Amino acid sequence: MKLRHVAVYFPTFARGYLRNPLGLFMSLIFPVILILIFGAVFSNSGVSRVALTVENLDGNSPASVQFLNALNDTGVLSVAMVDPSVGDLSTYLSHHSLSAGLVVPSGFAANVTSHRPVHLLVYTNPTSSVGGIVLGAVNGVTNGFNLRLANGTVVLSTVALNVGGQTYAYIDYFVPGLIGFSILVSPMFSMVNISSTWKRDKLFRQLSLTPLSRAEWLTATLVWYVVLAAVSAAMLSAVGVLVFGAHVTLTWLALPFLVAGPILFVAIGLLAGSASGTPESAAVIGNVITFPMMFLSGTFFPVAVFPSWLQTVARFLPLYYVIDGLNAGMVFNNPGAVATDALIVFALALVASLAAVRVFSWRES
Amino acid sequence: MDEVVEVTGLEKAYGPLRAVGGIDFTVHGGEVFAFLGPNGAGKTTTVEILEGLRPRTGGEVRVLGLDPWTELGRLKQRIGVLPQDFHYFPKSTPREAVRLYARLFGEVVDEDALLGRVELSDKADDHFDTLSGGQHQKLGVALALVNDPEVCFLDEPTTGLDPRARRSIWEVIRGLRRAGKAVFLTTHYLEEAELLSDRISIIDSGRLVATGAPEEIIARFGRAERLRVTGGPELVGHLRGLGYAVEGDEGGVEIELRTRGDALRILETIDLSGLPWTSFSTKRETLEDVFIRLVGKLDNGTVRLGDKAEVPA
Repeated sequence: MKLRHVAVYFPTFARGYLRNPLGLFMSLIFPVILILIFGAVFSNSGVSRVALTVENLDGNSPASVQFLNALNDTGVLSVAMVDPSVGDLSTYLSHHSLSAGLVVPSGFAANVTSHRPVHLLVYTNPTSSVGGIVLGAVNGVTNGFNLRLANGTVVLSTVALNVGGQTYAYIDYFVPGLIGFSILVSPMFSMVNISSTWKRDKLFRQLSLTPLSRAEWLTATLVWYVVLAAVSAAMLSAVGVLVFGAHVTLTWLALPFLVAGPILFVAIGLLAGSASGTPESAAVIGNVITFPMMFLSGTFFPVAVFPSWLQTVARFLPLYYVIDGLNAGMVFNNPGAVATDALIVFALALVASLAAVRVFSWRES
Repeated sequence: MDEVVEVTGLEKAYGPLRAVGGIDFTVHGGEVFAFLGPNGAGKTTTVEILEGLRPRTGGEVRVLGLDPWTELGRLKQRIGVLPQDFHYFPKSTPREAVRLYARLFGEVVDEDALLGRVELSDKADDHFDTLSGGQHQKLGVALALVNDPEVCFLDEPTTGLDPRARRSIWEVIRGLRRAGKAVFLTTHYLEEAELLSDRISIIDSGRLVATGAPEEIIARFGRAERLRVTGGPELVGHLRGLGYAVEGDEGGVEIELRTRGDALRILETIDLSGLPWTSFSTKRETLEDVFIRLVGKLDNGTVRLGDKAEVPA
């Protein structure tokens, strides 16, 4: 392999890419648009509260108001009062598409004072994920009231702290996720397209008539996608930090993934494109590989929130290790975890590249 | 003269289909060799084997003494190729293309001069995807010349070109010949082959049916030269009476000439007879007439060159 050939050919490939606005948009601009949209949508996720609709049938007695204030002070619930004239709260909640409600029964204050049992009615929607949060918060406040009424002493208590002594927000996970998205999407879609349309237009045949070898072509192509991944990572980190105050650092720990990631997905794209007969079928195969991997590898949501079986599925996807490694490096600064993920990504890149070189041919039979 | 292309018993099969069924020919340095045949005859398969783009199934092939399939790395430094359906990167310009080729081949090339040679100077900085089909072909020819090749394979170089552009490519081919280069030309235009070539091979259904200089092929496979005399219908009877093979119509007669002297004798006979006649001309068959007869006969199955069922590529 002659590096001179790689250097001579590289500008031709780069120019072809830079002169194609759609490719450039997908590679560099689209991920930035995504970070702006998702960042704006989820930037307040740490303080979001669950709305709790309350019907107070005890006529705003001091005890009931104190109880409702305690609910509001949990920081988890946002109490919204409705007038008792609405009647049955369950029907009201259904009609207004509300997920959670509470009825404070009439005689609440009198019964609390005389230590007689009081039944608070809590309505939750079983199809909504907020039911557990509402029940947990209401039970917590109720237990606090019971303890006080029984003149009890607090023995066990909790102190809430953040992992690593730092507050992590959604955006902190999203920046490495989107860098992973960029590392996956640009090489995959481009290579699927290139390996099928260049074959159709006989551009590989044309290159095979020059002294440029297949290995030199592949090296120049890989270099381009590594450069593209680095630029994209810098842009996404800058937007994440400057616009949303993300706690991420573009450290050297991200480097293994910015190199091995594009190599891996160039090889997979080349394999997918070579395996398909036409550019149209290549595009379908590319989408079938890319989209599930994109959603299941932690690009948009941390894999930890998935059901356990889906987490197992995610561990079979190459992109999972890229994003996990970027997270470990850029968010948690954890070289040990980076080393494990990097080893896996490099091994996968090696296997995929060898397979691609074996399958992908310039000459015809 | 040096043999720059040597082909012996070349065979190519695609599974059970035999595209090329054992052909032999040679191309000499400094000559234009045209390789002709109808669509699907095995032309492009043969050319691509010579260019190292396809492996062969059997036989021997040497281009400049090298095996094109196993020694392509060394060979491509010394040959130039315009493949059929030439395409280039849509967002590259002709100037960038020539520059890339020159740098890859390690050659110093005057880009403007080369693009001027194929009449592409005014489009030197336009993107490939904005050029016409003819301009694509011209760039393909230019790229085939970048490394100053000893043998140039041009697969249908003038397809899609207007008459003026076609002549400029002809001039390029003549220039290569003058410079002592060999040109392996594939074309659908038989007048082009007749005009440019020193020698020709005609392939049909994977077999060579004729090889030689254009005039040799015409002499061997074409009909004899004919004399046409315009005049009255009574000329037919008169000449037949004298023993000539005559075909007549309302406008005159046509007589097959066995020798050049026949023409003088027939005209003298007519003139002495006093029968009315107005003009005469001689008609010689062209390569196209011969090609159509050779390939047409094969297509009709009246000429069998072998008993194997050949299937075109």
